[in-house]
Amino acid sequence: MSEHHSGSETAVRVRRLEERLIGAGLTSDEQLDGILGQVLSGSPANGARVVARAWVDPAFRERLLDDANAALDELGLSMSTGPVPLRLTVVPNTATTHNVLVCTLCSCYPIGLLGPSPSWYKSEAYRARVVREPRAVLSEFGLTLPAHTEIVVHDTSAESRHLVLPMRPPGTSELTESELSALVTRNGLIGTASV
Amino acid sequence: MTEPRFALGDRVRARPVDPPHHSRLPRYARGHVGEVVEVQGMWPLADEKAQGELNPRVEAVYTVRFPASALWGQPAEHWVHVELWESYLEVAK
Repeated sequence: MSEHHSGSETAVRVRRLEERLIGAGLTSDEQLDGILGQVLSGSPANGARVVARAWVDPAFRERLLDDANAALDELGLSMSTGPVPLRLTVVPNTATTHNVLVCTLCSCYPIGLLGPSPSWYKSEAYRARVVREPRAVLSEFGLTLPAHTEIVVHDTSAESRHLVLPMRPPGTSELTESELSALVTRNGLIGTASV
Repeated sequence: MTEPRFALGDRVRARPVDPPHHSRLPRYARGHVGEVVEVQGMWPLADEKAQGELNPRVEAVYTVRFPASALWGQPAEHWVHVELWESYLEVAK
């Protein structure tokens, strides 16, 4: 991994820590590179593919909500960004319910489906406020929900990861699956945007 | 611990504890009553893993739904789902 590192103080400290762990026989450069590669290969495009498939294929949507890990397999995607594949739960938005994700304790995030998380997701302000006043936080993201929409905040506090399944936007019945997936944004998959 | 102690719909209280070690029981949920909405299966207890326990206890993890008004007071009206290991919970009376 040393070739990825600049001479910054943090990089030097990271490398020293890696060397200690490797020296202790706890990991290897190959294993660390493999994990980093998986983290960096994640992208919101993966989550968007899942959503578009669920929009066009109601049977897939049902399987996705029932057992998301198995449904990911069908698309050649997985939650294996670490030594153990993480459990995925997909939470669907409806006309009456809107879901939004957070990890108040640290920064748990579905990296395999969304890639590295945005910095605001890890900020103390987002983590502290969205569990307490989600409607206000969402409106700061530009998402103003109808007053009757119920909001569910999912605090990723244990071993599952989540993905929001946004509602299919109106007027998109003519679009292909790949055109639909292009409509889906990272924030839509976290719940801080409608799509 | 082999069988989950709680089932869907059970009312549970997050224990009002303040352990001297790492825990994944968020402070804002401690002491509050919620409802089990999902049983997630069995997972090694984060508290013991964090203390270097090589064979940590394996416990059921539940998704527990709390009304925000209970956590934060009025006029909050949303729901907060928190994922909690079984030993974080007790029967709500």
